[in-house]
Amino acid sequence: MNNIIDFQHKMSAHCENGVTGNLLRFYGIELSEPMIFGIGSGLFFFYMPLIKMNGIPVTSFRPLPGVIFKRVTKRLGIDVNVRQYKNQIRAAEEVDKLIEQNIPVGMVVGVYDLTYFPPAYRFRFNAHNIIAVGKENNIYYISDPIMEKIEQINAEDLLKTRYAKGTYKPKGKMYYIKHVPETYDINSAIVKGIKHTCRNMLNIPFPYAGLNGIKTLAKHVKKWPDKLGERKAKLYLGQVVRMQEEIGTGGAGFRFLYAAFLQEASQIMNKPQLNDISGQMTEVGDLWREFGVEAGRIFKDRYSGSNPYGEISKLLLKIRNEEEKTFLNLNKLIKNI
Amino acid sequence: MKKEDVPQYDENLLNGIKEIQYAVDKNGNYTEVKSPGWEPKNVALKQALSLVDEIIEDARMQVNEGKKSPIFFYMHLKQMDLQILKEESGLPKFILKRHFKPKIFNKLSEKTLNKYAKVFGISTEELMKIPEKPVKALEYNFGFKLQN
Repeated sequence: MNNIIDFQHKMSAHCENGVTGNLLRFYGIELSEPMIFGIGSGLFFFYMPLIKMNGIPVTSFRPLPGVIFKRVTKRLGIDVNVRQYKNQIRAAEEVDKLIEQNIPVGMVVGVYDLTYFPPAYRFRFNAHNIIAVGKENNIYYISDPIMEKIEQINAEDLLKTRYAKGTYKPKGKMYYIKHVPETYDINSAIVKGIKHTCRNMLNIPFPYAGLNGIKTLAKHVKKWPDKLGERKAKLYLGQVVRMQEEIGTGGAGFRFLYAAFLQEASQIMNKPQLNDISGQMTEVGDLWREFGVEAGRIFKDRYSGSNPYGEISKLLLKIRNEEEKTFLNLNKLIKNI
Repeated sequence: MKKEDVPQYDENLLNGIKEIQYAVDKNGNYTEVKSPGWEPKNVALKQALSLVDEIIEDARMQVNEGKKSPIFFYMHLKQMDLQILKEESGLPKFILKRHFKPKIFNKLSEKTLNKYAKVFGISTEELMKIPEKPVKALEYNFGFKLQN
């Protein structure tokens, strides 16, 4: 089977936004990356000292992979199919069948065996999203939102990435759009997206998620040097920064992307107050960047003060408080729309 | 973040790609800006990469000292842990740990050795010995050299 779908590839900051946006565009729905991110409630914070990856606590600035696609399509009334296969041969055949029918297929993959990926980013990280848009002999054509153009990968390597081993295995997960409605209500999708994000950040009664999570992290950070020693404390902090700075976060854990969404939403819905909150969110993003810079100083032993981890803990609390103000404002506003 | 403040700190970590960032222009409107990287992010990434290399070097020393077999070294070189190696090889953990012992490794059958070589994506001859000098994982695995 040889078929290359005529597919318009666009880069994005974050992979799942990009995959969702590129799939929607193929079916005639043009939404910006910030819109996808906001409607899909992609902003989150999660610090879980009990789950460790390579011995370091898990921190995340985004929800689990796959949810943005799921939420956006659901909120726009789009019919999708999400599947996983135990049998790898079947998993490959299903993709081929869909490509033959001109249906682009999204999939979750590990990046370690993604041969075209920037080598410095090829860790055993299993939550990347790509779209298969064609096949020629043994070669698949891939739209990967991190890459500038359509890439190629051979069938064996692609299958390896789809069944990558380690934490959060993708297990061959794939998804595609079945049917797109003629009209959709963008305003209602925006409101649902914002409400969900406010709930996630403000109301999860659990000390590791949302604003509570930032507070717990702030409390823990200042104890790290005494508890873990200087070297391990740096690794723990490095992990937080790496997640905050991950490709696509804009160095601020997605806060700028969310601010861009609020700005666009204010225009679409004609609610200037949303743009004010966008400005507040930008300031929060700037604080996160400051956190990244300060943490960078600690790694390089360039920190001038006597108590770097204490200072960085204070900065996190400040970020938490500013975020709380912003989300409370947003929550109040959205309830009255 | 303002558009002109989007960092353009290029250490080629993205291998020539520029990632998209969102920043505000003079009129306060968000716009896409491309960036090859920025310092704290690069520092954190390089820290993670050098941690990988440290672990590999520690494994190499242990093989050199006769404490561990080459399987232990190649597991770390390919950024695997016991769990991943178990899933990739289909062998239970206690067997893998036995194969980490040089004495037992020396008695492994051709078939078992080939299996490991395949899991690591190397030749069986390569598996029988380890590099004489410290290796950089990125260079060894992907032929990619970091700047500095």
